Amino acid sequence: MSVRERVIKIIAVQAMLETEDVSGENSLEELGIDSLGLVESIFAIEEEFGIEVPFNANEPDSGEFDITSVDAIARAVEAILAERRE
Amino acid sequence: MKRVAITGAGTINPLGYDVPGTLEAMREGRCGIGPLNVRDVERLSVRIGGQVKDYDEHAHFNRQQIALFDRFTQFALLAAEQAINQSGLEFSGALAAQSGVILGTSGGGLSTQDDNYRTVYEDGKNRVHPFVVPKLMNNSATSHLSMKWNLKGPSFTVATACASSNHAMGQAFHMIRSGMTKVMVTGGSEAMLCFGGVKAWEGLRVMSKDACRPFSATRNGMVQGEGAGVFVFEEMGRARKRGAEILAEVVGFAMTSDAADIVMPSRQGAARAITGAVGDARMDPSDIGYINAHGTGTAANDKTECAAVSDVFGAHADNLLISSTKSMHGHLIGGTSAVELLACIMAVRDGIIAPTIGYEEHDPECALDVVPNEARDAKIGTALSNAFAFGGLNAVLALRAV
Repeated sequence: MSVRERVIKIIAVQAMLETEDVSGENSLEELGIDSLGLVESIFAIEEEFGIEVPFNANEPDSGEFDITSVDAIARAVEAILAERRE
Repeated sequence: MKRVAITGAGTINPLGYDVPGTLEAMREGRCGIGPLNVRDVERLSVRIGGQVKDYDEHAHFNRQQIALFDRFTQFALLAAEQAINQSGLEFSGALAAQSGVILGTSGGGLSTQDDNYRTVYEDGKNRVHPFVVPKLMNNSATSHLSMKWNLKGPSFTVATACASSNHAMGQAFHMIRSGMTKVMVTGGSEAMLCFGGVKAWEGLRVMSKDACRPFSATRNGMVQGEGAGVFVFEEMGRARKRGAEILAEVVGFAMTSDAADIVMPSRQGAARAITGAVGDARMDPSDIGYINAHGTGTAANDKTECAAVSDVFGAHADNLLISSTKSMHGHLIGGTSAVELLACIMAVRDGIIAPTIGYEEHDPECALDVVPNEARDAKIGTALSNAFAFGGLNAVLALRAV
């Protein structure tokens, strides 16, 4: 499974949806994920990929970790993984 | 209905080892938050906190006591000794039977749990010290305080997360006001700054890694603190008759439940608690001059709290002063509103308003006079102390000058 597919799977579980019902353009809000659900999703991503995600719920838009859409999250995870390989 | 006087106050917290030291630090806008000194700090992502500096338990307690007293119990006992000594009360006979202890805490003996889980899980030992249970239980501080001072009336511990101390002091107030008791020793204590305590908070992603800046547009989360505040609440007629020094009068208390969300604050729930406390004090909102805010420095709390204050006070919201002393001592969780009540006493008794330090930039969603960075002189008749806990449990106390 690609990084994007793994991220979608995590978010689908959190949103209680089938993976095919989660689109890359969706924001977490559109999928019905609230602030606690977001924090739990990030925790699940950290566990899945073995990474540390820089995210402070007080500054969700700080740009450190882009959470504006499912695709943005997948790209941000890929970036963290790429940085780790360097 | 009886009136309720405060005739003693004590504390140990990141700003000082007693009330005068703490109030001096608040007047000077000193910050008690700094690098955390706890075991395995290098495995934490949040490495700052409001610790009680240079604290040596052996300077205050003997070996047998330390075996039974968790850090949160030690803090409560030290604060209570100051408060009761100031009150000049001795508890015996009928007075002892009509006096009790109600303290707030959230984590109780969390450091004791942390240490002993290490012992069995990390060190692989199959034996722990025999006093682990009486040391870690949430009512340990209350019980030791009752034993030390012979307080034989209604005594218990309240755990409502960040509102624990206000809920505890509210109960103490109600008991004296109703005539159920004569004197109550009340407040709260917390000592969660251990590896497990901070690690758990990290998970919520609401902690700041650099500073607590309530109401500032640049705020980025809360900072944990530790310590205790303990007060002697006494029936007013009794206190006057014996010529006790009265620090302030407790005039109102209200509590509400949001019944909405386990972590997000509610504007309506907070506003109902504030309105309730003002009404319970038989006052008008325009009588309130100062609010010690819950002011955690999170994005969600501060804007919600300011909106609630605006709802309750209308145009008067622009006249009153509101500050968060958590910017200086951090968030003492279950003990926080006890230490914050000291700022309310300073406001109504001394006419000095503790500042919100670390304030950098105006936030239109927190457009009140938050007393930025420097203490201010102001004649205040009545002050409120806000506490809004995780779980949506709100408690607000009202204090009046005597």
